[in-house]
Amino acid sequence: MQWETVIGLEIHAQLATRSKIFSGAATAYGAAPNTQACAVDLGLPGVLPVLNEGAVRMAVKLGLAIGADIAPRSVFARKNYFYPDLPKGYQISQYELPVVSRGQLEIELEDGQAKTVGITRAHLEEDAGKSLHEDFHGMTGIDLNRAGTPLLEIVSEPDLRSAREAVAYMKKLHSLVRYLGICDGNMQEGSFRCDANVSVRPRGSDTFGTRTEIKNLNSFRFVERAIDYEVERQIDVLEGGGTVVQETRLFDPDQGETRPMRSKEEANDYRYFPDPDLLPLDIDAAFIEAVRATLPELPDEKKHRFMEQYGLSAYDAGVLTASREMADYFEAVAAACQGPAKTAANWVMGELSAALNKDGLEIGDSPVTAEALGGLLRRIHDNTISGKIAKEVFEAMWAGEGDADTVIEAKGLKQITDTGAIEQVIDQVIADHPQQLEQYRAGKDKLFGFFVGQVMKRTGGKANPAQVNDLLKGKL
Amino acid sequence: MSLSRDEVEKIAHLARLAVRPEDLEGYARELSGILAFVEQMDAADTEGVTPMAHPVEASQRLRPDEPNEPDRRDRFQAIAPAVEAGLYLVPRVIE
Repeated sequence: MQWETVIGLEIHAQLATRSKIFSGAATAYGAAPNTQACAVDLGLPGVLPVLNEGAVRMAVKLGLAIGADIAPRSVFARKNYFYPDLPKGYQISQYELPVVSRGQLEIELEDGQAKTVGITRAHLEEDAGKSLHEDFHGMTGIDLNRAGTPLLEIVSEPDLRSAREAVAYMKKLHSLVRYLGICDGNMQEGSFRCDANVSVRPRGSDTFGTRTEIKNLNSFRFVERAIDYEVERQIDVLEGGGTVVQETRLFDPDQGETRPMRSKEEANDYRYFPDPDLLPLDIDAAFIEAVRATLPELPDEKKHRFMEQYGLSAYDAGVLTASREMADYFEAVAAACQGPAKTAANWVMGELSAALNKDGLEIGDSPVTAEALGGLLRRIHDNTISGKIAKEVFEAMWAGEGDADTVIEAKGLKQITDTGAIEQVIDQVIADHPQQLEQYRAGKDKLFGFFVGQVMKRTGGKANPAQVNDLLKGKL
Repeated sequence: MSLSRDEVEKIAHLARLAVRPEDLEGYARELSGILAFVEQMDAADTEGVTPMAHPVEASQRLRPDEPNEPDRRDRFQAIAPAVEAGLYLVPRVIE
């Protein structure tokens, strides 16, 4: 039987506010345990939550960016469950009336086709604390610094049809929240994490199969591996005559498999009800317009502008606009290089990205600034150096040996454009290789490359390649 | 609507309340009485009435996004049963 995969993602994005969603405690990452957990976060008796305007703005910002409805009135609800890192015994979330609903995001599939993924809703809620199960002589340690950190839970429609599509959607959303400046997107620190709802059904069926939920996937790679594994597992179960059990599963990256979470004593029974400590959240048109005014150029808009303004291909424009930092870097290089933007694009996607990858750096930490890279490209355009030598100069710049002009000067890499000097070298090369000369003249055209190579070798790669070609043709 | 003994047991469990088996019937009867009392509101015609999220006709006040809570961990932890290395310690939980 042919099977079809159906996936919906729930993504939790930690909002980049300075204080918590319902208290004035700080949200800085990495503080000493419980030093950023105030009476509200601890759920001490008598405290009351007060909603953070910054968190509301950020939720609205996302809603506008995905073309969603912003609820004029939304309501906070209590989701009740007991766990020590949730001291109140309930999480404040939104249930029936979320702040954002009915949005969409366009993703690009591997065959280049665009696909629109529906976003059911995005709601505000508070994060829980952290439980540490090791090393406390049989006890569990609780750090409540994270408790009360604002989260935006973004729930997609079951529109995704493969693990690859799920990853493409997640990457697009990751890029978007960072463009908007509402989430730092740091997956290692848990700022952006994903639960995947996965089911399979016979191809052509229009009813959904029983789904499982894979919790807490914190990397793109894990999302892909976990879904691929889970789809295979469900197909095996069904083809073996069994039925899929609706359950929560965890992905074990070491074994590369998903396993059922040890079942809680009762099935999820959260008994949501409106939180009497919080009044309904009213958002008026003026608030929405004020937020709209702060929207930056979004990834898709930027991509199209790059294609038009710089004449880049859709692929190049897509790569360069994947993050705001990279897009800004590219534009600064393009402005500084005083030459074709395509060269700037190639260098940013090629040499620069490779060097960043190799050293495990983010573009913001690049030892070669956009202005410095622009300065290097300027020397290619004005024929001071060849593209090949430029790579050598770039390596030296990366190693901190100064800007392009300094390196070119110090290493004597200036291109030889003096016709006389090049001719001299060519004459030597020809004189030293009479045999090859004879073969070339006898019709072995391939040997032309040999002569070019010899000339470049003797000039340390500094001869202008175009001139070498011309002069060599004449001489041979 | 009336609650069965099993439902009371389940609710008690969800709320982590220890109820003695011999008390379950009594609670079921009393809670059913409360529900019956509230049920009188079903007589009101609520057709076209927007459900209310809060009894107070007001909307949520927003707080500027500024950290203003000092670190008072020592005070909070002074009343905790067990602490270590800045963490609150609780009986082991693992899922």
